[in-house]
Amino acid sequence: MLSTPVVVVTIALYLGLLFAIAFVADHRAKQGRSLIANPYIYTLSIAVYCTAWTFFGSVGWAAKTGLGFLPIYLGPTLMAALWWLVLRKIVHISRRQRITSIADFIGSRYGKSAQLTGLVTVIAVVGILPYISLQLKAVSNSFILLQGYPALEVPVGSSPLLWHDTAFYIALLLAAFTILFGTRHIDVSERHEGMVAAIAFESIFKLVAFLAVGLYVTFHLFDGPGDIFRQAAHDPELAKLLTLEALPGGYASWLSLMLISMSAILFLPRQFQVAVVENVNEEHLRQASWLFPLYLLLINIFVLPLALGGLLLLDGSVDPDTFVLTLPMAQQAEGLALLAFIGGVSAATGMVIVATIALATMISNELILPTLLRTRRQEEAKGLLPEGDLSRWVLRIRRGSILVILLLAYLYFRLIGESYALVSIGLVSFVAAAQFAPAILIGIYWKGATRQGALVGLLAGFVIWGYTLLLPALAKSGWLPISIVEEGLFGIAVLKPYALFGLAELDPITHAVFWSLPINIFLLVTVSLYSNPSLIEKVQAREFVDAFKDVEPGRGRIDVWRGTVTVASLKALVARFTGEEAAERAFNQFALERGFNFEDQTIAEPHTHLVSYGERLIAGVIGAASARVMISTLYKGQTLNIDDVMDILDETSQVVEYSHQLEEKTRQYEAATAKLRAANERLQQLDRLKDDFVSTVSHELRTPLTSIRAFSEILLSEPDLEMDKRQEFLQIIVDESQRLTRLINDVLDLAKLDADNFQWTLADTDLKQLVHDATKAVYQLYQERGIRLRTEFPDARVMAKMDRDRILQVVINLLSNAAKFCPENRGRVKVSLRADAHWVTVCVDDNGPGIPASFHDRLFDKFQQVEDEQQGKPKGSGLGLAICKGIIEHHGGRIWVDSAPGAGSRFYFSLPRRQSGADTGP
Amino acid sequence: MKAQVLLVDDEPNILLSLEFLIKRAGYTVATACDGEQALTQVTALQPALVVLDINMPKMNGYEVCERIRANPAWQEIRIILLTAKGRDVEREKGLALGADDYVTKPFSNQELMTKIQSLLPAD
Repeated sequence: MLSTPVVVVTIALYLGLLFAIAFVADHRAKQGRSLIANPYIYTLSIAVYCTAWTFFGSVGWAAKTGLGFLPIYLGPTLMAALWWLVLRKIVHISRRQRITSIADFIGSRYGKSAQLTGLVTVIAVVGILPYISLQLKAVSNSFILLQGYPALEVPVGSSPLLWHDTAFYIALLLAAFTILFGTRHIDVSERHEGMVAAIAFESIFKLVAFLAVGLYVTFHLFDGPGDIFRQAAHDPELAKLLTLEALPGGYASWLSLMLISMSAILFLPRQFQVAVVENVNEEHLRQASWLFPLYLLLINIFVLPLALGGLLLLDGSVDPDTFVLTLPMAQQAEGLALLAFIGGVSAATGMVIVATIALATMISNELILPTLLRTRRQEEAKGLLPEGDLSRWVLRIRRGSILVILLLAYLYFRLIGESYALVSIGLVSFVAAAQFAPAILIGIYWKGATRQGALVGLLAGFVIWGYTLLLPALAKSGWLPISIVEEGLFGIAVLKPYALFGLAELDPITHAVFWSLPINIFLLVTVSLYSNPSLIEKVQAREFVDAFKDVEPGRGRIDVWRGTVTVASLKALVARFTGEEAAERAFNQFALERGFNFEDQTIAEPHTHLVSYGERLIAGVIGAASARVMISTLYKGQTLNIDDVMDILDETSQVVEYSHQLEEKTRQYEAATAKLRAANERLQQLDRLKDDFVSTVSHELRTPLTSIRAFSEILLSEPDLEMDKRQEFLQIIVDESQRLTRLINDVLDLAKLDADNFQWTLADTDLKQLVHDATKAVYQLYQERGIRLRTEFPDARVMAKMDRDRILQVVINLLSNAAKFCPENRGRVKVSLRADAHWVTVCVDDNGPGIPASFHDRLFDKFQQVEDEQQGKPKGSGLGLAICKGIIEHHGGRIWVDSAPGAGSRFYFSLPRRQSGADTGP
Repeated sequence: MKAQVLLVDDEPNILLSLEFLIKRAGYTVATACDGEQALTQVTALQPALVVLDINMPKMNGYEVCERIRANPAWQEIRIILLTAKGRDVEREKGLALGADDYVTKPFSNQELMTKIQSLLPAD
């Protein structure tokens, strides 16, 4: 049953079945009855994660390290919890931007950069080749094993010649199969429903095959898992596998494996293909994020029993990587062995098909097409080439790429693969794919990430990956001197690929992760901070980071093209990539949605975003960078090429940047000017006030001086003056001198108050006592004018912190003013004192003529005196209330008046009971 | 009969001193303590000369000066302004409004009397 013809026919039947499934699915898709539009198929397609590595390698890995195989599945399980947040955003962006691959995604994010997509493509191809070669190795090894049946080992010997090498034929077969699957036709959306259906089927098949072998070994060869673990526990060597001791590299290794597998589940090109590009509905992520971990659980459940069973039952010389196959073979369970073999094939082909299609899409869209289109365009422009249907070109390039990738993978397998275990080969690819994580994850959450940052970060990560993982692999396989690994490059010890800068404690994978990822992230962030993004980068950054904010895709986009394009020429260009029918359909849909008629509108005007729409349609086939080149051909007659466009973009962005800076500067200057103007006005106002004050003071001083001088001169020149006249004049001179003195004192007081260097002596003072003292001081004045003074005090003391002499001055001033304005002999003045928790208030109430409300505001200004019809000019300097106000306000208090003509006046002042911030006096 | 002089100032002590001085010089003297009163006195007495303070309540000296000059019947009245501010602009303004002379407070009695005598015709 395991003879070569039977095996070959079985493979052929299996592949035929796959093809039939794909065919049906494609057919259904065309009819609009998609087979795959449900979360279960979607989840199963993501399970392409489990390859021949899982199918054969996990058991081999578990046989060496016990639980060490687990982190590769724990990482994705953890990540699945974040899918709704992270993966949904990536899927959403990809749909809007018509992303065709992970390279396209990264390139688009950073301004549709051809450089970046090219770099990502190179990293993906170089990084994933080992992984594909791993599948070749697994399938060819298992095929050779079956051929050798009943022997359980691959015959040792020199590598066979090319045309005798099974792996070579397997590579060719897979290439043919992939070409049939992936490039039968070309789709606007770059979706492959047939492929997805086939992959989902393969995921079921490999699970069933693996579970079958697991159940057979566990329950047929042993009495259940308990039996296996019991037997293993008796063997001291095997017992170690049941603990965490067997883990190579300890926790650091465990952690780094989880980390890279977390990123692998999203950013391996094939995972990006199935999870993002092939996603038909974002909602499917809800179920997938728990269904997928469930799948992982099922496919891992028998790994440890199989590993232990193999170690217990089989000869030590049997490679643990083959246990899944050799266990049934050893028991002559030929049917099960064949099922296991086909299960392995299904795991391998699934991975190879998807990975190769993803890589071929990248190679054609990001590497070959941009160059080709550029040269073709020049030739077309010269009339050397007719403008043909480019979709056939695209297909040809893809097919060629698929063949080249598989042959390269075969080459890697021949050069290196034989000296490594399955798992080690796969992990090398994981680390390579992990280099994409920073550019993508930081790129979709931080607008500041720039093209230069992404380029430098990726390049550094890739170089470190190559140096720490690829280079030693080549050396170990004898293609480079092994001294590089053992002594470092050029014999420099710090450059040892497995122990950079003396870091020798980590296993090679962890070591590579330790250096490459942090440096990648660090450079991405730092270079981004110090580089200026171009306009298109900013536009794309916004599109990606704010993907969920705009309702309508493309709204707020900038149509960067200058010149005009006719609708017909745009449609013709799109048709060259998507085919006439699809282009017609897409344009009609656009017209329908936007509600306009192409017959009326022959020019694709910028505001309709039709050019952008066309660009996205083409991008769906050939990627963003190439689409940009193609659209630029429409403008060729207008002497603009892609470089011109890029120049314009950069120029524009610089101008925009510059004008932003100018605006900012202008704003700052305007603000400063406004402040200066305000300050200047304030100064001028103060200057005017000072001038007025000086002028008023001068006037007030000249008046008494005039009297003094006049009378003095009279006395001098009139020696014969009568005695009583002489006495009268002398009295006037004395009075006017006193008036002068008071005025000078007041002016000095006021100047000191203004200068804020008044000598304040703040102390707790009883205001009741103070007011009482004030009434005693004015007693004489009140007696003379026949005015009655009444007091109204609370019983308790009224304490507040104040400068006693100054407040006394205020109270005396208010009492004197009241006396001055009260009618002689009929005057009544009442001074009262109130206190609450926060304020003490003094009120001086008189029955004088009262003050019109229009004067209340000015009353406390300098030299503002209210003239009275009857009494004429009041006596005093006109500074008293201004000084009172200064003193009260210095105490943090308030002074005001309540008065009306004929209703007397009430002057109030309040002081805070607790001084706050007023203790500023020296 | 000596010429009549009207003294206008809101400071009683200044009025008192000037009244004493000018009477001593032999003129008849009338007084007013604000602008309105001054105009009433001018209408009633038609003085030969007015000594007019500028800074006064109710109506200032400038305005009184202007009103006197606005009446053709009063063109012969001489006016001496008294000011306590002593700035050139004030003198210019006063002279432009038709004042004949100008004295800044505090002044010497001699200075004022000389100006009064030069403005009034000798008998």
